[in-house]
Amino acid sequence: MHDLALMVVNIRASDIAVFGSQTLVTATPLTLAALGGVMAERSGVVNIALEGIMLTGAFVGFLVAFVTHNLWLGLIAAVLAGMLIASIHAILAISFFVDQIVSGTVVNILAVGITGVFYRTFLETQSVAGPGTLPVWHVPVLGDLPVIGQILFQNAFVTYAMLALVVIVYLVIFHTTWGLRTRACGEHPQAAETAGINVYFVRYLNVIFSGGLAGLGGAYFSLQQIGNFLPNITGGRGFIGLAAMIFGRWNPFGAFGASLLFTASDQVASRAIAFGVQIQPQFLGMLPYLLTIVVVAGAVGRAVAPAADGKPYRKS
Amino acid sequence: MSRIWSRAPSWVISGLVVPIASVLLGFLVAAIAIVAAGSDPSQAYLALFQGAFTNNNAFAETLVSTVPYLFLGLGVALGFRAGLFNIGAEGQFYIGALAGTFVAYSIHGLPPIVVIPLAILAAMAAGFFYAGIAGFLKAQTGAHEVITTIMLNYIAFLIVNYLVTTPGLMKDPLSRTPRTPYVDVNAILPIIVPHSRLHAGLLLALVAVPLVWFLIDRTTLGFRLRAVGFNAGAARAAGISVAGTMVLAMGISGALAGTAGVVQILGVLHAMSPATAAGYGFDAIAVALLARSNPWAILPAALLFGGLHNGASFMQLQTQVSSDLISIVQGSVIVFVAAPEIIRWLLRIRRKVAPVAITQREVTTPNA
Amino acid sequence: MTSPAAPLPPRPRRAAETRRPGPELTRPRGWIDIDAAARAVAELSSRYGLDVPPRARVEELSVGVQQRVEILKALYRGARLLILDEPTAVLTPQEIRGLFEIVDNLIKAGNAVIFITHKLAEVMEIADQITVMRRGKVIDSTTPKESSQADLARMMVGRPVLLRIEKQPAKPGEVKLRVEDLVVADDRRQLAVNGVSFEVRAGEIVGIAGVEGNGQNELVDAISGLRTAKEGQVLIDGRDFTRRSTRLRLREGLSVIPADRHKEGIILELPISDNLVLEDYDRNPFARWIVRNLRAVTEYASRLIKQFDIRASGPEAAAGSLSGGNQQKVVVARELGTEPMVLIACQPTRGIDVGSIEFIHQQIVAQRDKGLAVLLVSSELDEVLSLSDRIAVIYRGQIVAVLDAEGADRDHIGLLMAGGAAA
Repeated sequence: MHDLALMVVNIRASDIAVFGSQTLVTATPLTLAALGGVMAERSGVVNIALEGIMLTGAFVGFLVAFVTHNLWLGLIAAVLAGMLIASIHAILAISFFVDQIVSGTVVNILAVGITGVFYRTFLETQSVAGPGTLPVWHVPVLGDLPVIGQILFQNAFVTYAMLALVVIVYLVIFHTTWGLRTRACGEHPQAAETAGINVYFVRYLNVIFSGGLAGLGGAYFSLQQIGNFLPNITGGRGFIGLAAMIFGRWNPFGAFGASLLFTASDQVASRAIAFGVQIQPQFLGMLPYLLTIVVVAGAVGRAVAPAADGKPYRKS
Repeated sequence: MSRIWSRAPSWVISGLVVPIASVLLGFLVAAIAIVAAGSDPSQAYLALFQGAFTNNNAFAETLVSTVPYLFLGLGVALGFRAGLFNIGAEGQFYIGALAGTFVAYSIHGLPPIVVIPLAILAAMAAGFFYAGIAGFLKAQTGAHEVITTIMLNYIAFLIVNYLVTTPGLMKDPLSRTPRTPYVDVNAILPIIVPHSRLHAGLLLALVAVPLVWFLIDRTTLGFRLRAVGFNAGAARAAGISVAGTMVLAMGISGALAGTAGVVQILGVLHAMSPATAAGYGFDAIAVALLARSNPWAILPAALLFGGLHNGASFMQLQTQVSSDLISIVQGSVIVFVAAPEIIRWLLRIRRKVAPVAITQREVTTPNA
Repeated sequence: MTSPAAPLPPRPRRAAETRRPGPELTRPRGWIDIDAAARAVAELSSRYGLDVPPRARVEELSVGVQQRVEILKALYRGARLLILDEPTAVLTPQEIRGLFEIVDNLIKAGNAVIFITHKLAEVMEIADQITVMRRGKVIDSTTPKESSQADLARMMVGRPVLLRIEKQPAKPGEVKLRVEDLVVADDRRQLAVNGVSFEVRAGEIVGIAGVEGNGQNELVDAISGLRTAKEGQVLIDGRDFTRRSTRLRLREGLSVIPADRHKEGIILELPISDNLVLEDYDRNPFARWIVRNLRAVTEYASRLIKQFDIRASGPEAAAGSLSGGNQQKVVVARELGTEPMVLIACQPTRGIDVGSIEFIHQQIVAQRDKGLAVLLVSSELDEVLSLSDRIAVIYRGQIVAVLDAEGADRDHIGLLMAGGAAA
């Protein structure tokens, strides 16, 4: 306790900037996964497959970038791969009425298998240098502001995209006709259908979009953070993103805030260790998972999902 | 084509045709992946088969791989019957193995008939408790067990890592690589086929299958489980404690998973290291889905996965096709099992009677 | 995506927002313009006499008003043909008359209405043309002038049907169920039951009349133990069960026929026999310690199936293979089979065929004559009027009146149900 107090007292402005910046950046994949979850679940489809989709996005993005020596093509490929894999989940859950948890789990298993196989076949033995990572873009003027500048305006593409997407997804869901139809399908598909909405179509598109978002989130790992691909590079972030979505009450801004909370607590813990506070590294590693459980168990307030979330819709 | 199928009773379709067709289709899909990776599927499958069954001692070794799948598959299937997705079998495997190993290396001088059951009991208790956490959270707060068990998996991994690599805790001071001390010689499960690794754990697993069947099908506990799994609202209105049932179901499922862990240590590995579990827990989900949560069907399903697991390394050796390929087989198989409609559509099987109840449960339960 | 025909099911969402699907008001392309929508709603409201607050959340409106939202939605999209599917299930008699006026207005304005209902009295009142269907086939078409309620019932079932149950006067005995000052919260922490007291005696049927959503569900939940009352007491046969479990209540003489048989009544995937012992599966003779005695279960089931005329291929048939009426009979058989002291029957004949309705009503009355205390909760006013010996009207979580069924005035009760002048 004494150590922690000492640590807090010794904080400088530059520390805050670094802390904030790292919190925001590491929240990028979580938020993107959470945004994907929001889109899918608002239309009534539970998307447990986010983890597998992110993994696939990370892999395909890296593979394409590696082969073409072009990070941007890799990014596009990651998004497209995410959409493709998500469509498997969509087909199973929507057209074949498979239990959405089962189909999501199936996609996760498939993703691990496919990326594992192709990684070992194509990439593991490569000794050629990779395509590097996405460059950090320094926004003129705004990027020079103290503290805030470093946090918000000196980032790489995926993080900027994430920030923009939080706003975009919010506007789409709550202020456009598409968003209204989506929400109708998620609350009461029968009524939506009666009103002339094609529930299947809306759900399909939303799930596919959510795959694109998750794919982009996966690209963060391989194209922005590390510049390489490793099996299981996503380490459960897809699921943590789901928890952030629940915590954020299926609202893009809420999900963003929840993600920040997760990564902030992570950062605090690792700084505590660096400062000399005695925590074993394994316990530090447990923190995000424990926090997820706490959130999902509603220790921080119960959340209400869209009413028809998770139930396959059969046109009768 | 449809004429043949329409004369078959529905249990044959759902219980036999769909799973078998799913497996075949799974291999087909994986074959496409093999071709994409630049190899010859027939060579690969031949090597797979040889590695699994016909090579020297291969069958015995396949059975060794089947044992954990049996216990884990039973555990996951039991959870499915109660309407719970125990994705945490992996973590419970770890925790159970840890507890059992601790007992097994700490007790010296007692005969096997005492030590082995003690170790197994410890593992069952640990697995019961660990899974019970998720069950309790679900029952009390509605926390979705998929997320909580997956989180618990990661946590279990870290707990084991911590305990086994930190000196002074469970790390064997005499070993250079981090692992627990070897279990007491009296705790090792006897080998039942000479010159192989096949141990008595197989017998335990074979006993577990009818026990679990009896539990689900003939006991009051099993009735509660199924009732809650089908319709928790109606069960509750009839006075059944849904919360208690969920905790019990997850707990028993975890106990089975924990047993898988300790049996693997006592029979094969004899000590625990951070790298023990190799993904058995996730594969078990596929086993349970393929068996459609029927305890008897776990037998062939576990054997299939045991064979895949065992044959894959030989296949990789012979044909350079990565052993990860079996994940693709597994994944594809469960895609088809999870969506029997696909098989029906492919084979033009008409449903005889329109499903009256929304059969989400069709995947996870056998016919009544 | 506008269809000229527009059926009428339930709903969530803001009143103005539900207008969106279809020709949406957008400004610019894709964005939602709530203000323009609200104006359009107001204009339509006044034209057809359908009063609706445009910015309210639909889930906060009363059911009668929600229904007006539905109708407005259809009209907004330019519907000329309206299909109303069981629209009066959740309305008070006055609201029903209001609905009929609206329908009249629509007809006069040149629209066409298809009115689907099982309530024979309504059909006779509102229809110009009547078509009777049974098992997916059209039986006959006629007009109100050329037929009667009894005729229609016969066409629906295929044989003459007793429309009003014949029963002896009640001989009430001791008080078997007493509820005192009960206060119960609903899922949103609001007070759904706010100080309810009444008693039910052996050998009488007390009917609770009220529009759905006035606390009936929460009241029944508190009596059966599925919800804990915040205040008050529930006494069965003089003993306090307020804090006890559902399981105990069911074992000590309480039986409940739930309002929604699919959600709380039977398990469709299990066989009929298992459903019939759902509450007693772990007791003698159906189980010994932890092992079930399946033969005893099947014997018991066969007996009940015969006694209650459940049409099924056998006790092992899955409950989901039965028709709605037979499913309900399984529930009734299970609840009456335990020979209870108190029966709570919620919407006991909702959604089932006329023949099964007749059977179940007869069963309830027969048991009442043997001394069963019955609490009937139904939103079908006719059912309450026909079965009950005494009627309690519930409005906004309180009992506003208790009267004898004998000579009760339908309109008066309807007024009470809507919160009108107390007796």
